[in-house]
Amino acid sequence: MEGIVGYGAYIPRNRIKVEEIAKVWGADAPSYKKGLMLEEKSVPSPDQDTITMSVEASKSALKRAGIDPLDIGAVYVGSESHPYAVKPSGTVLAEALGATPEVHTADFEFACKAGTEGMFVALNLVKAGIITYGLGVGADTSQGAPGDALEYSAAAGAAAFIFGKDKVVAEVLETYAYMTDTPDFWRREYEYYPQHGGRFTGEPAYFKHVTGAAKGIMNKVDMQAGDFNYVIFHQPNGKFPFKAGKILGFSREQIEPGWLVNKLGNTYSGSSPLGLTATLDIAKPGDHILLVSYGSGAGSDAFILKVTPRIDEVRDLAPLTREILNNNKKYLEYGEYAKFREKIRKAE
Amino acid sequence: MREVAVVGIGMTKWGELWNKSLRDIYVETALMAIDDSGVDHIDSMYIGSMSSGIFVGQEHIASLLADYLGCAPVPSTRVETACASGGLALRLGFMEVGSGMSDIVLVSGVEKMTDVGGDEATYALGTAADQEYECYHGITFPGLYALMAVAHMDKYGTTRKQLAEVAVKNHKNGSKNPLAQFPFEVTVDDVLNSVKVADPLRILDCSPITDGAAAAIICPVELAKKLNKPIVKITGSGHATDAIAISQRKDMTWLESTYKAGKSAYEMAGKNPGDIDVFEVHDCFTIAELCVMEALGLVDKGKSGEAVERGRTAVEGDIPVNPSGGLKSKGHPVGATGIAQVVEIVKQLREESGERQVKGARFGLTQNMGGSGASTVVHVFERE
Repeated sequence: MEGIVGYGAYIPRNRIKVEEIAKVWGADAPSYKKGLMLEEKSVPSPDQDTITMSVEASKSALKRAGIDPLDIGAVYVGSESHPYAVKPSGTVLAEALGATPEVHTADFEFACKAGTEGMFVALNLVKAGIITYGLGVGADTSQGAPGDALEYSAAAGAAAFIFGKDKVVAEVLETYAYMTDTPDFWRREYEYYPQHGGRFTGEPAYFKHVTGAAKGIMNKVDMQAGDFNYVIFHQPNGKFPFKAGKILGFSREQIEPGWLVNKLGNTYSGSSPLGLTATLDIAKPGDHILLVSYGSGAGSDAFILKVTPRIDEVRDLAPLTREILNNNKKYLEYGEYAKFREKIRKAE
Repeated sequence: MREVAVVGIGMTKWGELWNKSLRDIYVETALMAIDDSGVDHIDSMYIGSMSSGIFVGQEHIASLLADYLGCAPVPSTRVETACASGGLALRLGFMEVGSGMSDIVLVSGVEKMTDVGGDEATYALGTAADQEYECYHGITFPGLYALMAVAHMDKYGTTRKQLAEVAVKNHKNGSKNPLAQFPFEVTVDDVLNSVKVADPLRILDCSPITDGAAAAIICPVELAKKLNKPIVKITGSGHATDAIAISQRKDMTWLESTYKAGKSAYEMAGKNPGDIDVFEVHDCFTIAELCVMEALGLVDKGKSGEAVERGRTAVEGDIPVNPSGGLKSKGHPVGATGIAQVVEIVKQLREESGERQVKGARFGLTQNMGGSGASTVVHVFERE
């Protein structure tokens, strides 16, 4: 059966703490930490972007998959921070992996859902028998406007998944998509920072679509919350995934292994995919996993996976997600962070 | 002046009503009040709305809503005095019926606040303060009430915990009100540890941003008797103003407009504070409820915090305040709040308030306030 044959994660080593951001804006850090359940977030270095992080994560996925990159027939990068408005991210990634020239590439954009979109299409091309292996990546160096609530969460990271029919480590039993025209978050062309609809991003946006997709896919296969060992929801802040889980009947224990946001921040297109990599890192053969992404605009993709015995053979072939998250961290002060994120620029 | 009665009330569930527009919310609620009263027409209508222009970009809502309610060409008037717009709509309707100009009047309030983001809603609400002497210097409503709270604490020794007790009591009442936006209980610790908004006020000291409407049908008592409805008479009405900027008041802890409006309403009704069985007051912030209690003469100056702490304002206390849950738990769609207070008092006097019923309530009072207290409307009600 089709499924994931290799997966990889990448998170930049820079971090900034909630207190450091709050200090600059005169905000009450304990309130933010409690309200959003966030402690710190990752920050890309000046020479890192969606493409470089996609390359790092994809190289780890290739190591675990143990396949010839020339057998990859599709390379899809989902992001809302593609470095170029015109010029693909996917071509650079495919070239860096040695997958060119007989490969289809495309860049996806759907706020925080773009990563699972690439995964969805790569998987289904494999299922259709059009390609042998397909790569789907979710990566972002997301930006929050200075002083906006988003600045406490907008982070950087990437997760990559190679799909195929053999050497599968997690079978994809079912997929499902749920979406409506719901304008909760947007960035127009030529605007540097996104805007959002405040509390409108909650109930009618995130919760409606996340719970809609989760219920839809579980109905499709007649499974209940209790049938899953793990569940990963998109993580725009610490609270939302737990609240979604509570609505759907999932326990903290099912959510926590893939819940990275308190130490990572919201990596947008990388958010729920990174949660899946952390969950695969600890999953056992036979475990069932539910993945539900969310993208503003708005929609959710859902996947049901069943882990195979091959997971134990490939897990340690590349760095584990929580090791990347917890080790080798470098804390930034706000000034350095502002420079790295080009919130301030040196005079020409 | 003719005696006037409330014969019908209408209110739907309040909250963040993302799927409903201002006109949807309004029509649904007004029809409930008309149905409840059993009247077959209305002669006139008043709508309290603070800022439909900023919140939904629509002015001229008196005609819009009369049309959507199917009542055009009846005369329809929009009333604005910030958060006391609803209370003033009732007062004008009361005067119109009392004077004999009209027999059946729909008095109502509506606000659709969630179509804009938090910043814009804060700006819209801020227009109820003095733009030149307050807002341009950066202060917002939580900040103004925080100043009043600090002054009250300083002058009378009111404690942070006593402020929290107001929210705890109102949420306890609101947990029994199915129409409330936040129908759940909170503890003192929840309040004290909630997100800080403007020191010393935290988020659980503040009323929320709400979409909602409320409506009532009023008519002469003689007509009310023919409708075979329980009769709740409006026996007193008071309205007063004060300096809009709190810096221009002699005492930041004293709500002169509430005192004056209360005095007029008590005198008209021939009642004293001690005669009233149940109060619905304007607790836009926890400190507001304390200041209002003092200005309405429920307790002596400086004694409100202690009264709340001792449970005197609970439903089963001797001066029950905000059995509906107040603005804190029920929600605060600014223009609708004054009429929602009437809806609760009528329910209380009809003894239809279920678990939050004040036993044997016969006399009730509503106090609806604009801005930081620059306008107040007070009404006294009596069950016949």
